[in-house]
This record gives sequence, C-alpha cells and structure tokens, in this order.
Amino acid sequence: MEKLEALHQNNKMNARLRKNSIWKSIFFLSTLFGLVVLAILIIRVLIQGLEWIDLEFITSRLSTQADKAGIMGAILGTLWVMVVVIPVTLIIGVGSAIYLELYSKKGKIQSFIETNIANLAGVPSIVYGLLGLTAFVRLMDLGNVVLAGGLTLALLVLPILIVSAQEALRAVPGHLSEASYGMGATKWQTIRKIILPAALPSILTGSILALSRAIGETAPLTVLGIPALLIPFPQGLLDTFTALPMQIYYWTLDSSLVAEYANLAAATIVILLLILFILNSIAIIIRNKYHQRN
Amino acid sequence: MATNSDSNVNKAVNVSELIAKNKKKKSINNYMEKLVPTILFLLASITVLTTIGILYTLISEAVHFFMEVPILDFFTGTELKPLSQNPEFGILPLLNGTIISSLIAILVAGPIGLMSAIFLSEYASDKVRRIIKPLLEILAGIPTIVYGFFAFTFVTPLIRTFWPQLEATNILSPGLVMGIMIIPMIASLSEDAMTSVPNGIREGSLAMGTTKLETTVKVVIPAAFSGIIASFVLAISRAIGETMIVTIASGSSKNFSFDITESMQTMTAFIVEVSGGEAPAGSTLHYSLYAVALTLFVFTMIMNLLAKYVSRKFREEY
Repeated sequence: MEKLEALHQNNKMNARLRKNSIWKSIFFLSTLFGLVVLAILIIRVLIQGLEWIDLEFITSRLSTQADKAGIMGAILGTLWVMVVVIPVTLIIGVGSAIYLELYSKKGKIQSFIETNIANLAGVPSIVYGLLGLTAFVRLMDLGNVVLAGGLTLALLVLPILIVSAQEALRAVPGHLSEASYGMGATKWQTIRKIILPAALPSILTGSILALSRAIGETAPLTVLGIPALLIPFPQGLLDTFTALPMQIYYWTLDSSLVAEYANLAAATIVILLLILFILNSIAIIIRNKYHQRN
Repeated sequence: MATNSDSNVNKAVNVSELIAKNKKKKSINNYMEKLVPTILFLLASITVLTTIGILYTLISEAVHFFMEVPILDFFTGTELKPLSQNPEFGILPLLNGTIISSLIAILVAGPIGLMSAIFLSEYASDKVRRIIKPLLEILAGIPTIVYGFFAFTFVTPLIRTFWPQLEATNILSPGLVMGIMIIPMIASLSEDAMTSVPNGIREGSLAMGTTKLETTVKVVIPAAFSGIIASFVLAISRAIGETMIVTIASGSSKNFSFDITESMQTMTAFIVEVSGGEAPAGSTLHYSLYAVALTLFVFTMIMNLLAKYVSRKFREEY
C-alpha cells in the first residue's frame, strides 16, 4: 500500500517536472523568435540590397533611373545634420546633467526638471517634428534646412543624452572629488579637471548611442517636409537637404511603381545599418576599455 | 604654494606683484564659480522650454481648429474627409486605426516578450544571457523605417501567399511588425522586474518542493506583476506613437472599419500625410494636424503616467 502511494506520487512529480521542461523549451523558443526575425530581416535586406551597392551607388547623385541613382546627397545630408546635433546635444545635455547632479539642491526644482525629462523621453518623435515645423521652419523662418532638421533631432535625443550623462557623473567615485576639494580646488575646478575627465568615456558612449538614434529617425523629418527630389548637395547649415532614412522612405513608397526602388531602398538600409553598427561598435569599445581600467 | 615660496627666495621675484597676480586669478575664479551654475541652470531649463514649446504649439494651433470644428464632432465623428468639398473631421477612424494596430502589436509582443523575460530571468545561465541580451538590444536599435520597409516588402507579401484577401496596404502586417519592434522593450523591462524579486522568496518556494515553472508562475510573476504591467503599458504607448511602420505599410484609407485586412490610417500616419502634402498655413486642414497631434500627445502621456502609477502603487516592497 505504501509503495503504491509512493509510486503514485512519483508519477505526479514526474508529470510536473515534464511540464516544467516543456515550458522551458517554449520560453526558450519565444526568446529565439525575436532573434530569428532579426536574422530574417538582415538577410533579406542584404540579399535585396547588396548587389546594388558599389562605389557608384555611394558616390553618385540621386536619379529617377534606378540603375544610375546614388545616395551621396543623403549621406552628406545626414553628416551635415550630425554637425548640428553633436555640439548642440553635447553642450546642452552634459551641461544639464552637471547642473542636475552636482549643483541643484535635492528639491522641487530638481525633481521637476527630472520628471520633465522623463516625460519628454516618452513623447512620440512625430510630435517633435511638429514642434520643429512650427518653431524652426516657420517661426524662425529657417525653412526645411539642415539647421532646422538638426535642431529638431537634437531636442528629440536630448533626454536620452541627459539621463546617460547623469549616470556617468554619478558613477565617478566620491573620493576623487573629495581629494580635489582637499587640495583647495573650487567646485568648478573640481568638475572641470577631475569629475568630467573621469566621466568622459561613459558620456561618450551615451552620446554615441543618442547620435545613432538621431541618424535613424525619420518621422520628424517627414513632418518638416524634407524632400527627396533632385536637390544639389548641401554645402552648409542653411541648405536644404535629404537624409538616409528619408531616402529609404521615398524609395519604399515608390517601390509599388518601380520595382527596382525596393532594391535601392534595401541597399540604402544596408548602408544605414552599417553606419549604426560602426557607431555602436565604437561605443562598445570605449565602454570596454573604460571598464578594464577600473 | 611650496614651489612658489622657494622661487621667491631664490629669484627674488617681486612679491607684491605675485600677490596681485594671485588675487586677480582668484577673482576670476570667484567670478566663474558664480557664473557657471547660472549657465548650467539655463542649459538645464532648455528641456523645460521644450515641453512648454510642445504644449504651446499643439494647444494654440488646436484651439484654432476647435473654433472651426466643434470638439464634440471631432471626437465622435466617424467620417474623416479632409479634402472633400464639405470636409469632415472626425478622429474616430484614426483612433480606430491606432488602437487596432497597437492591439495587434501587444498581442504579439506581450506573450513573446513576457516569455522571453521569464527565460532570461529564471532559466537562462549567465553565459546564455550575456549572448542573448545584446542581440535583443540590436533588435531594439533598428530604425523604425527599416521595420516599415520589412513590413511592406516582406511581411505583407508573405501573408498574402496564404491569405490572398489581404490588401497590399493593411493594418495587420504593420501591427505584427510593430509587435516585433516592442518585444525587446517588454522583455528587458519585465526581466528587470523579475530579477529584482529577491532570491529568498524563490528559494523558499523551491524548498517546498515546487518545480521552477510553478515557482515562476505562482511566486515570481505575482511579485513582479506591477513591473510587468508597467512594461506592457509603456510598450503600448510606444506603439501608439510609432509612425513610419504604419505610414508605409498601412496606407492612408480613412474608412471607419474593423477589418484588419484593409488599409487603415493611424493618428501618426495622418500627421505625416497632411504635413507632407503641404497644407496651406491657416487652413482647417493645417490646424487639424495639431488637433490630432494633441490627441496623440495626450494619449501617450496618459499611458506613460499610468505606467509610472502602476509600478509605484502596486509595487511589492521587500
């Protein structure tokens, strides 16, 4: 009798264990699902786009004829936008982070600004596009030029940069600044010569990630009315421009009219992903080097 | 200081000159000490100005719109014909498109994201986790325009091979792809919530003879529930605000319909279409842009605040 009961219980336990291992595989497969889709996406884009990429594609101008079209204008446009985004976000972002972490008293103003930044991070990017359209394109009367696009994207990625810079500053060990104060340095001297250099690698990593977000962003640019027409290469901040994601957008839309445009879009995606991949690798290298030293 | 006094003795430098120099340096330093916080405060307030700018543009322009189109008509109208002779501005078709696409997205991402989180937090070894998490981050870092291309040129044709009724532009495939886009978000936020459940609770349950699955379902998930729900709400908010995927793959039909094989327009896609079409400034169509954007803004803001509220209010404290 006892033996039977034990057997019975053993059977029950086995069933429970089996259930556990079945679900374990289901959980694993779900995790794989996202990665499989990622692989399909990348392989598909490579198959479609790779054979269209050559030096001519990268260096020539836009054209309505698929086999002559190039993306030099879009690459230059993206680079020019970065010329605006990088200094603006770095100065405002790092400045804000220093203020919030090192100067402001823990109180209402600080928590108000921090809540505000958290909320801004959740605002859809297209709303920033409308802000840019109203403030920069129309009110400041810039038109849809590099400066307007750059400022719009800068505002968009600013919350990301501030939060990561705050974390970087917070991670600087306290004894460094205490030693500096002990030597008679003032607060600003300590920040400038001790805290900022120590936090620099993490700040750089964060800003590269924010930058790559800005490079891939499309929605605000569509609202600003960035064209993908045959416009001359941008030469300065006040020229009209097009950017890589906008080029992908227009070619994808028109791919139902001209089938080759889909391949051109795929080829442009390969270039865009390559740029993002390089930027992210740099960020990871900086991060690893810094961690090793600590 | 020590080297200074040494050199004073050796080279007989004019001491008063040195003192004056030092004082001047100090006064510059003092000046900087006062100036810098002010400058930094001004920089930090730019983010506040951004918020004010967003609210001001949206509200001031939307007010113009609501002077021409009654608020009630806007929110209850099922007809959206901005370009016809007698234009009608009902937002319900757009709300419908937005809600349906977000719903499809969360139906995909919710279960898959949560199960990925369970695997990463409860089952995976450190080594496996260290490989999978960066890969999921790549998925999260892909620009949305790329997902849009993928939905339009791959997912839609793929589904059409075995479901021919599906139109070339439809709400189903952008919804599915949007779901894939928000999987990493749910997975990583839910995983954070689950890993922060203290191990003692897990071990207590396992010591009672439960399997890992039973511990996960009956102990860990209930303990991390607020964080999991918050991750879902944030992901929905992200899907509502997502623009390029739906703009490309769902077309611009403004029908009020519930058929997921048809083209539908979301609020975000409407904004792209109208602003890209260069609506003349001052026209009702132009102002409608801001009314829709304000609705979108309020929607996502409510979702974000809800997520914060849920994770604060229902958090289990340990």
